[in-house]
Amino acid sequence: MNDALLPATGVAGPSENPGVHGLTRRHHLRWWEALPWILAIAYYFAFPDYLSFGADLLISILFALSLDLALGYAGIVTLGHAAFFGTGAYTVGMLAYYGVWNEPITALILGATAAAAVGLLSGLVLLRTTGLTLLMLTLSTMALLEQAANMAHAVTGGFDGLPSLTIGPVFGLFEFNPLYYDTQYLFSLGVLFVCFVFMRTLVYSPFGESLTGIRENVLRMHAVGAPVRRRLIVCYCISAALAGIAGGLWAQDNAYVNLSALGLDRAATVLIILILGGYGRLYGAFIGAVVYLALEHFLAQVYPTAWQLGLGLLLVAVALFARNGILGLGDTLWRRFQARRAAP
Amino acid sequence: MSEVRLETQALTRHFGALMAVQEIDFKLTAGARHALIGPNGAGKTTFINLLTGVLSPTGGRVLLAGNDITATAQAERVKRGIARTFQINRLFRGLSVLENVYISVAERIGAASGMLAPAGRRRDVIDEAMALLDMLKLSGDARRRVSELPYGRQRLIELAIALGLKPAVLLLDEPAAGVPSAENHIILDAIERLPAEIAVLIIEHDMDVVFRFAERVTVMVGGAIFAEGTPREIEANPEVRAVYLGEATPGERGRAAHV
Repeated sequence: MNDALLPATGVAGPSENPGVHGLTRRHHLRWWEALPWILAIAYYFAFPDYLSFGADLLISILFALSLDLALGYAGIVTLGHAAFFGTGAYTVGMLAYYGVWNEPITALILGATAAAAVGLLSGLVLLRTTGLTLLMLTLSTMALLEQAANMAHAVTGGFDGLPSLTIGPVFGLFEFNPLYYDTQYLFSLGVLFVCFVFMRTLVYSPFGESLTGIRENVLRMHAVGAPVRRRLIVCYCISAALAGIAGGLWAQDNAYVNLSALGLDRAATVLIILILGGYGRLYGAFIGAVVYLALEHFLAQVYPTAWQLGLGLLLVAVALFARNGILGLGDTLWRRFQARRAAP
Repeated sequence: MSEVRLETQALTRHFGALMAVQEIDFKLTAGARHALIGPNGAGKTTFINLLTGVLSPTGGRVLLAGNDITATAQAERVKRGIARTFQINRLFRGLSVLENVYISVAERIGAASGMLAPAGRRRDVIDEAMALLDMLKLSGDARRRVSELPYGRQRLIELAIALGLKPAVLLLDEPAAGVPSAENHIILDAIERLPAEIAVLIIEHDMDVVFRFAERVTVMVGGAIFAEGTPREIEANPEVRAVYLGEATPGERGRAAHV
């Protein structure tokens, strides 16, 4: 970043052309980017009785963010992302259950590492394929892990999972209390914030730019000499690590881990959340998770037997009218509004 | 004769029983303006794919500046200076014009794997990309999404991405294909202004373009080299006229060749 120190030449260089601002200002912080965090803190004070729901929401956001990196930015079509969520959850869960390790932050790092390792091993094989083949292979990888966790019930607890995990206090101070979710909520918020800052940095970096290049036209990326497969594997590992953190957090917050961490249900839900909010745009994960979980919550109260019907209808509407999710729809409307204002 | 940049020796590629490219001996010199012509299915694009490493040959060798690159991977050939454009646009359609060129420049100078500093702070990459866009008169569209531009201008971006790689050898696969004839001159002007030191091989159907641009012409028919010479020699060669150019009058050649 020495470029800021270079002497000014006095001549307006090409960077002075306003055409570059789309790129040079893209990573600048905008005022509204503070909103999710302000709202999250406000939620803590406003709904002290719903912190368990809130923590779930934060974890869903983190999980959807991890998927956004692979699917939204690099275009890796996957239906098996819960494999990494589950790996993180079981790593943290088993370490705590057998009393090996229960310091929460380092446990999350271990969970992330384990998930990244699974991402690396599967990615080396999977990422040779694309499209439907890739989709099916990610699905089967997850199914294999799920079966492995089910069959190894001596260590994983099988279908019943591992209950009553003892998680150490955060920073040695803040206890996880199964009745009051204060620590869980704030800890999840902190972890989400750190992961989000990392992810935001990543997608606006040249590496992130090259991922979007792979998504937009992989043949062209080969033709400009990009090490496409290596980049995809790195991206997949990072995405897996973030999903692993989400899974680990889920195990810590709920003090249990079971097969629901690994299943198709979870993988499909996170995909729906991301598509609902809008993929490849960072904040789609936030919007999607809030809308999905809020709908699930309220529809289940209003119409407990068939709440999924309402969700299904919403998805149909999104698929028909808002291909790029809720944020994409907002984008389109905003562009149209600006175009109308520009044209007298 | 100046130094040979790219050379093939008995380069051959079969697809099953089809001899797509047969025993081609070909030389491209530094600064060359060389056209490759031939009827559809003559093996021109296969030949380009063998040069860039998209396909591997059944036999023969490819030499870049005297070094054997027959077994070298595509990405490595790009690093060593071979760039190409595509007959049908292969652009990053959802990204801005600037980003399209940014990706290529960043890849060349090794900035593309950086994860920490924002892409927008790599002024070196941005300045170089903008200079290229300036040269191609595209800088006014830098912010616009590629898919919003007319096809003729998109063809220029195809060229800009290749030039972002600072190639020693540039392979242009029908650079004006699909462009309405009214916009054709934009592409041709750009090609004529290419830096003199680049060795350019152009596949082109439009004979007017070939005769305007090329200093040397190779004619491929049925996967093999049929004739090679200056545009004047090729034009005067009765066999070439018979198999390829037809007996059309000069003004009609371009259109005749498209049919």
